[in-house]
Amino acid sequence: MASPMRIRAKTTDGVTEVKALMSHPMETGMRKDADGKPIPAHYITEVTATHNDKLVLHAYWGPAVSQNPFLNFRFKGGAAGDTVTIKWVDNQGESQSEQTALT
Amino acid sequence: MNYPRRSFLKLGGTALAALATTALWPLRALAAAVRPEAAFVAKDLEGTYKGLGGMPTESAEIDLSTPDIAENGAVVPINVTSKLPGTEEIYILVEKNPNPLAAMFTIPEGTEPFVSLRVKVAQTCNLIAVVKAGGKLYSTAKETKVTLGGCGG
Repeated sequence: MASPMRIRAKTTDGVTEVKALMSHPMETGMRKDADGKPIPAHYITEVTATHNDKLVLHAYWGPAVSQNPFLNFRFKGGAAGDTVTIKWVDNQGESQSEQTALT
Repeated sequence: MNYPRRSFLKLGGTALAALATTALWPLRALAAAVRPEAAFVAKDLEGTYKGLGGMPTESAEIDLSTPDIAENGAVVPINVTSKLPGTEEIYILVEKNPNPLAAMFTIPEGTEPFVSLRVKVAQTCNLIAVVKAGGKLYSTAKETKVTLGGCGG
């Protein structure tokens, strides 16, 4: 896997704002390379975000999500020192998980 | 096979561990919904809605913020905020994409009914936010003009 995922999580007034930048080609499977051969689909299908061990966001994605996906969401109840983990799985069975501490 | 026994065992162990993680994965996801595969492969709006379980009602309680003109259809930012009480799921649809459904989010309790994402938009069309609240579907649409398509090639 290429570069790691970047996550930022910041709590203001009891609401934690999470911003994540994943590193993924998000290939649709509809494009062709220079020789006219189709490029196989390669995209993130599932994303899970947890706060400590509690699920805070779950997503299923299709290939229409942009390359190197950026995701932004907010949840309540986060405190400094808690952890936020984001994990994705793609259609080729690859996965990546990254954890960050709340500030 | 002329494989050194020790490394062979180790290899098997890693493969098993990998298998176990993938096998455990759906278990954790069970808390959320099942991937609406029919909606993801549908080629038009009608088929997508069928896959999602019905036609949504239009609602002014969903804030959909998208650019009016997107110079690059490959990266179109979209923000959805639902003001509907009991929002459970948020779907992002791009009307004229090969498969309209781009993403589905499950919002557990304690998470704000808001998501922001970047999607590909093949051509000028409506971007639609569908929200499931209290078991019913609601939607809001907004047109985005695309000067350069998002599917490249």
